[in-house]
Amino acid sequence: MSGTRDLLWDSGHLRLEREEARRLMEEGGAPSPQSSDDPLISLKDLDLRFGDHVVLDGISLDVWSGETVCILGGSGAGKSTILRLILGLIKPNGGQILVRGRDVATASREELLELRKDMGMVFQEAALFDSLTVYDNVAFYLHEHEDLPEEEVARRVDESLRMVDLDPEQVEDLLPAELSGGMKKRVGIARALIHQPSILLYDEPTSGLDPITTRTIDDLVLKLQRELGVTSVVVTHDIRSAFRIGNRVALLFGGEIVFQGTPEEMMESGDGYVREFLH
Amino acid sequence: MIVRKAALTPVRYAGSSLRELAWHTQRYFTLLWRSIHGTVTRPFYGKDLAVQLDSIGVGSIGIVILTGLFTGMVLALQSAVEMRQFGATIYIGRLVGASTVRELGPVLTALMVTGRAGSGIAAELGAMRVTEQIDALNTMGVDPVRKLVVPRFVACLIALPLLTIITDLVAIFGGLLIAVVKLDLTFDLYMRSVYSTLAQNGFLLRYIPIDFVSGLSKPLFFGAIIAITSCYYGLSTRGGTEGVGRAATGAVVTSSIFILATDYFLTQLIIGLFIE
Repeated sequence: MSGTRDLLWDSGHLRLEREEARRLMEEGGAPSPQSSDDPLISLKDLDLRFGDHVVLDGISLDVWSGETVCILGGSGAGKSTILRLILGLIKPNGGQILVRGRDVATASREELLELRKDMGMVFQEAALFDSLTVYDNVAFYLHEHEDLPEEEVARRVDESLRMVDLDPEQVEDLLPAELSGGMKKRVGIARALIHQPSILLYDEPTSGLDPITTRTIDDLVLKLQRELGVTSVVVTHDIRSAFRIGNRVALLFGGEIVFQGTPEEMMESGDGYVREFLH
Repeated sequence: MIVRKAALTPVRYAGSSLRELAWHTQRYFTLLWRSIHGTVTRPFYGKDLAVQLDSIGVGSIGIVILTGLFTGMVLALQSAVEMRQFGATIYIGRLVGASTVRELGPVLTALMVTGRAGSGIAAELGAMRVTEQIDALNTMGVDPVRKLVVPRFVACLIALPLLTIITDLVAIFGGLLIAVVKLDLTFDLYMRSVYSTLAQNGFLLRYIPIDFVSGLSKPLFFGAIIAITSCYYGLSTRGGTEGVGRAATGAVVTSSIFILATDYFLTQLIIGLFIE
């Protein structure tokens, strides 16, 4: 009885989250995802094994320009591995990973570097460089790849930090160890944004955060989609976050995608594992 | 199905271990080759090199001074006990000079730098690996070998010979202290004795003692061993903070064994090339 009540309460709560996110997007005049063109990212029959352990078993998933797709699943389901495959950090045993029509799995090192210029990655623990200040972390890509005057770099760093609602003057000189968990995530997002990529990959952006900070990060993901039209793939096990920020969600279980569709479709799904996961 | 090693027969276990050894060896030498290639091709990370020179080179000066000083002093003391019986204490300079410049200087310096800097390199890169900072570099189109390994490799190649010279000089000075203060030898007598042993094996290009060349060629190899082994362990780290600890320990143990083994083969080579 109590389980049914919890499920109803959860469903109602998820619906409210969803409606609020939609309202935020509409108020901001967000561009609607373009599903008519070819997908920006397309995973086709992707297989991945580590030794005898099957991590991904023939998964397929399309991500269209301007949309946010959340990949849900339990711990160790292989969610983060999908992001690493998209980035070309690991190679699949079979299948294709097309980014703008180019196969990451067979791309040369130079092609991969070129593809990654259009992608930004937000890591689970932010992965900020310990020895560098916030400023140097955010400016890292520009210092490495673009021959810009330092004033221009500083302007872009300021812009990125303000985009993630951080005050540059207060945080620029701090080291990562001096930041809270939520601030680290924001600096991680600012670093991923600095070269203005059109694809952002988030690995558990809200794990380990309190509910209020989680909401702030969710709103930030929505803001980036709304204001910059960024295409996002978000790996998470937080169902509320996924329902709030995702245009579509995919549920990973046993190396396969057992569900993909809109959050509304997921709420109405009769699949046993989907029901169990929602509960 | 995961096949556990413990469940394998001894023959299959040996085969599996050999395959693993071959895999690590291939990756180790690939890292060495990429580091050499990265040393002579762009992009160069001058600022990172300066930081590593400061950390590995300048940071190790104190420890090699102490090592050299006490090694020289104890060599003089120990040899005095034996040589006094034959009235041969005037040859203490020869013994301290020869053993320091040929063997103890390069080897002890390398072992001390391994313990101090090698473990640090493995732990730092290991921590970067487990906190996904290495992945972040890759994601941002930066080659971790060029950015992290090459500056440490070059810094070790530059720092080790210089640190060895410091160890040699301080060890000879340590021997001098004991010779003058405890054995009543004169400064002049001790230093002549040191010079005579360095001149014993002849000179390269008329002026450079062979022993000195031999003593300074070894640190180049030892520097490469320390850098590549420590970076290899660091970059291969798995398993969180426990893995970082294992990487640091593994780097020190493996580097030390490689240094001692390489020392033997280099000594054989140098004797064969210049002395015999």
